[in-house]
Amino acid sequence: MRRVASLAGIVYAAAIYGFVFLPVAVLVTFSFQSGRLPVPPFDGPSLRWYGEVLADRDLMAALANSALVAVGSSAVAVVLGFLAAHALARHRLPGAAWQRALLVAPLTVSTLIVGLGLLMLAGELGISKGLLLVGVGHVVLNMPLCFAVIFAGMTEAQRSAERAARDLGAAEVAVLRLVTAPMLAPPILAAFFLSVTFSWDEFIVAFLLSRFDVTLPVEIWSLLRSGLTPETNAIGSIVFLVSIGLVVLLELTVFRRVGRT
Amino acid sequence: MTAGVEIIGVSKSFGGARALDDVTLDIPAGAYAVLLGPSGCGKTTLLFTLGGFHDASAGTVRIGGRDMNGVPPARRPTTTMFQDYALFPHMSLTDNVAFGLRMAGMGRRARRDRAGEMLALVGLPDAGRRRPHELSGGQRQRVALARALAVEPDVLLLDEPLGALDLSLRRQMQEELKRIQGQVGTTFVHVTHDQEEAMAIADLIVVMRDGRIEDAGPPQRVYARPANRFTAGFMGEVNLIPAATLPQAGAAEGATLAIRPEAFRDPGADALDFGAGTVIECAFLGTHWRAHVRPKAAPGATWILHAPARDGLRPGDRVALRVDRDRVAAVE
Repeated sequence: MRRVASLAGIVYAAAIYGFVFLPVAVLVTFSFQSGRLPVPPFDGPSLRWYGEVLADRDLMAALANSALVAVGSSAVAVVLGFLAAHALARHRLPGAAWQRALLVAPLTVSTLIVGLGLLMLAGELGISKGLLLVGVGHVVLNMPLCFAVIFAGMTEAQRSAERAARDLGAAEVAVLRLVTAPMLAPPILAAFFLSVTFSWDEFIVAFLLSRFDVTLPVEIWSLLRSGLTPETNAIGSIVFLVSIGLVVLLELTVFRRVGRT
Repeated sequence: MTAGVEIIGVSKSFGGARALDDVTLDIPAGAYAVLLGPSGCGKTTLLFTLGGFHDASAGTVRIGGRDMNGVPPARRPTTTMFQDYALFPHMSLTDNVAFGLRMAGMGRRARRDRAGEMLALVGLPDAGRRRPHELSGGQRQRVALARALAVEPDVLLLDEPLGALDLSLRRQMQEELKRIQGQVGTTFVHVTHDQEEAMAIADLIVVMRDGRIEDAGPPQRVYARPANRFTAGFMGEVNLIPAATLPQAGAAEGATLAIRPEAFRDPGADALDFGAGTVIECAFLGTHWRAHVRPKAAPGATWILHAPARDGLRPGDRVALRVDRDRVAAVE
């Protein structure tokens, strides 16, 4: 009876992981296709399409744009989220509960609405579309998440350490720099890496707010319009590899550290 | 460095609740003062008012003659040893202890040397490279003490510093605190609810209740001749006896007499004689016997007394109730 149950468990787990990762496995496999179409039969392995990707100026430019937007917007989102979390956790503000709700609310708004709103606002203000605006959009999308993660990481022990620092003569900026931020390093890093992965994959806002300088998902979309080739599989595999790399980095740096203390 | 503390008519309210009610107190420079009282009596509020963590609603605090109203904690000549120690977990012990010196702008080499000296003072030499999470509770506390003293404050504030330690460690730390205070000469203001701890370390005991000071004075005086019933009861076991029962004591008619159980133990030649009493129950406690006695003078009452360990007491025994005159205190 128990063996049956554990066997069923194994089958169930295999089904779940298969369902989640089979499409990725197919994508990666056919990125090594040597022919022109990413469909069976598999006739590789060949690195031909990776060569094409690396030689594709537009793709490489989009890759660099994506990295720039992801890192830049995440840094801004983390700093803003940290300051908001600190203010709401440590100071008595008017309508604190409402302010907190208002900060987190964008998480529930669809990215399409956020993108359209920003597009219209930018039009009104005469701001031209481009990478900067995409970055602003990603800050809007990721700041609530950064705020929530960092706010949840604030503890009484930190409050107490901050008070001790002030008692020992630290000015507010020194308290933030030398005590609050280092003690919050795990949630700050987690917020940053999560924010980078979301920005890296984000399509709708990036599509609506960019014109000539596009990010990688937008570039891939325009590739898809001209038909499927193993080149799209290759670039997709690279995007996937970067995301996985970030998750592994997050696991190794942040969660290991949290587990230790 | 050291300085006296003057607290003049200080009140503090949180919302509608009155935490401190017109408190006036003088702590001389270099004294070891202990604020003693049950939880919620305002002792920690008074300590934090000295530290500048909140401002008094009314009244004045002066440290070394300087008015402290509106001065933030960072600019007061006080440092605090917090109940939870509040060490910086991401810094080495050296960096913890040197933090205040760094804020004061001292150079790296000088402050490292000074941190080393302070760690040696509290009995943790050569531990500078370790981190707080590697230490036991008692060791963390020593680091917190070293950190607070490193900046040479005029007044050190200690918020229930020994509360989290077990009994033997607490005794040991009491001695250490007293020794270190004598060595550095800083004024210490220490908050506790443990009257034994207060007596063991204080030069000046301040008994508080409901935001007011009930009694303040040297431990021997506060224990033997408390100002009122509350202090008498809080400082330890006591018999509170209406003065009318014992006219020999010569107290005013409506007063209450406070007599400690051990005052019955070894009366002198000219002790007051309260007649005889009958032992109702007794227990041997090693250093002495503790007995419930029904005195002839007050047949309805039960007094508690201690008798020498060599006396073999039994229920039904008759004992003489004699107490030295100066161990009978009249209280309000």
